[in-house]
Amino acid sequence: MRGSRRLRFARGWRIARVLLSTQYAYMLEYRAEIALWALSGVLPLIMLGVWSGSEAAGGLGLSPERLSRYFLSAFVVRQFTIVWLVHVFEEDALQGRLSPYLLQPLHPLWRYLASHLSEQATRLPFVVLIMAIFFLFQPAAFWLPSPGGFLLAVVAIHLAFLLRFLFQTVITMLCFWTERAAALERLLLIPYLFLSGLVAPLEAFPEGVRAFALLTPFPAMLSFPAQLLAGEPVDLAGGLITIGVWAALLLPLALWLWQAGLRRYSAMGA
Amino acid sequence: MRNLRLLRRFWATSLAADLEYQVNVLIELLAVGGNLAGSLFVLSLLFGQGGSLGGWSWEEALVVLGLYTLLDGITSTVLQPNLSTIVTHVREGTLDFVLLKPVDSQFWLSARTFSPWGLPGVAAGLALIVVAAAQAGARPDGASVVAALVLLLSSTLILYSLWFVLAATSIWFVKVWNATEVLRAALVAGRYPVSAYPVALRTFFTFVLPVAFLTTVPAEAILGRGSAPWLLASLAVAAFCLLGSRKFWQFALRFYTSASS
Repeated sequence: MRGSRRLRFARGWRIARVLLSTQYAYMLEYRAEIALWALSGVLPLIMLGVWSGSEAAGGLGLSPERLSRYFLSAFVVRQFTIVWLVHVFEEDALQGRLSPYLLQPLHPLWRYLASHLSEQATRLPFVVLIMAIFFLFQPAAFWLPSPGGFLLAVVAIHLAFLLRFLFQTVITMLCFWTERAAALERLLLIPYLFLSGLVAPLEAFPEGVRAFALLTPFPAMLSFPAQLLAGEPVDLAGGLITIGVWAALLLPLALWLWQAGLRRYSAMGA
Repeated sequence: MRNLRLLRRFWATSLAADLEYQVNVLIELLAVGGNLAGSLFVLSLLFGQGGSLGGWSWEEALVVLGLYTLLDGITSTVLQPNLSTIVTHVREGTLDFVLLKPVDSQFWLSARTFSPWGLPGVAAGLALIVVAAAQAGARPDGASVVAALVLLLSSTLILYSLWFVLAATSIWFVKVWNATEVLRAALVAGRYPVSAYPVALRTFFTFVLPVAFLTTVPAEAILGRGSAPWLLASLAVAAFCLLGSRKFWQFALRFYTSASS
């Protein structure tokens, strides 16, 4: 019994290593594009510009340093939680590339997950570079999170990424039924944009809107890890439980949609 | 004249093709409505208890947001559908066929198609501008209407030139489409009056990436605060950008070697 478990673990480890290293090599080929993608996430930094000059920030007691740290953290979290599964999967399903993946003794979603993680690894140096430039212009905002806090933030960012990945997997599975899954994702990106804390800290929200936002999964995907990274006081257990509950809802749904969708998959073009 | 006739043909055919997909209307309406509601929400947060943002009142800032929505709609209607194809033409070598046509290649590439899905954004932007300007107490006379229209035209031309130059770099860097995403992301800054930004960013958004000329300067004119120097500056920037895009295209074409080579 113990032996077979160890074998299974060894096999899983080998698959993960091979998948990640091939996907990483693949992503390195696209490093110029990934650099541009990293740069196209400047929205939180633009919002920092507007917020730092606004009277509202003063009224809420948000100091310039606090704003800088929050929005830079939001920028970093956004960089490592970007999910583009629906766009690749749509193409793969449409052109029949999914078919060979289905023949492999590995759930195809692992492959997509590995390519997302590899893309993040490729993105890392560019994000560090953008941060360095940011601190060059805003040296007062520089901060070093405590080792424990930093570790927690990294874990939270990964969990937030997994939640976003699951969320988009559910939408992506609709590709099996409709051609408009990507359009649906685009629509759902709008509440994510405005409610996650990407364009405004959640503290600035009116009471009712904040309560509503906290009922959606969006703040857990951005605001929660960003606050951890910025070293702000944050409800750690609450955030983790929120992510856990949403993941527990979305994971069975995604797997069920996958099973149901696969029966409809006609492998067009293969 | 001939180009105008061609334009009508081009857009009529693409409209006919796009109208096959009616569900998209609903999706676009939802997207425009959602984005506008979100932008209004964030703007209201930025105003907080205070009465101004960078010296602009709520209604005045709404004019800026309206202009942004309008220009974003124009981007989705004309710029994005057309200029995104340059990349494909270069990659697949079909740019050859475009160059062989007895039409100016820049005109063909910039105006070949037309996507009606950006029109809800255009309509929402125009409506917001008119309503907000009226509420801000703007009583434009003939001259300032003309000035506003001229400024709007020049901001559209600036926006077009920025997009075109970026798309034209695909002659060298085939996979350049992401660069236009960077542009689109940076232009979001135009949602707010440029005076709302810190000095360094304000300078950047005026002289490096002319976001100020896209929304703030036309908004000033609509509100009757336009001044001759800004009008002239905007026209100069527009002329410079347009001419630059023209020269850049001619320069880029010298490096085009078709797909197989």
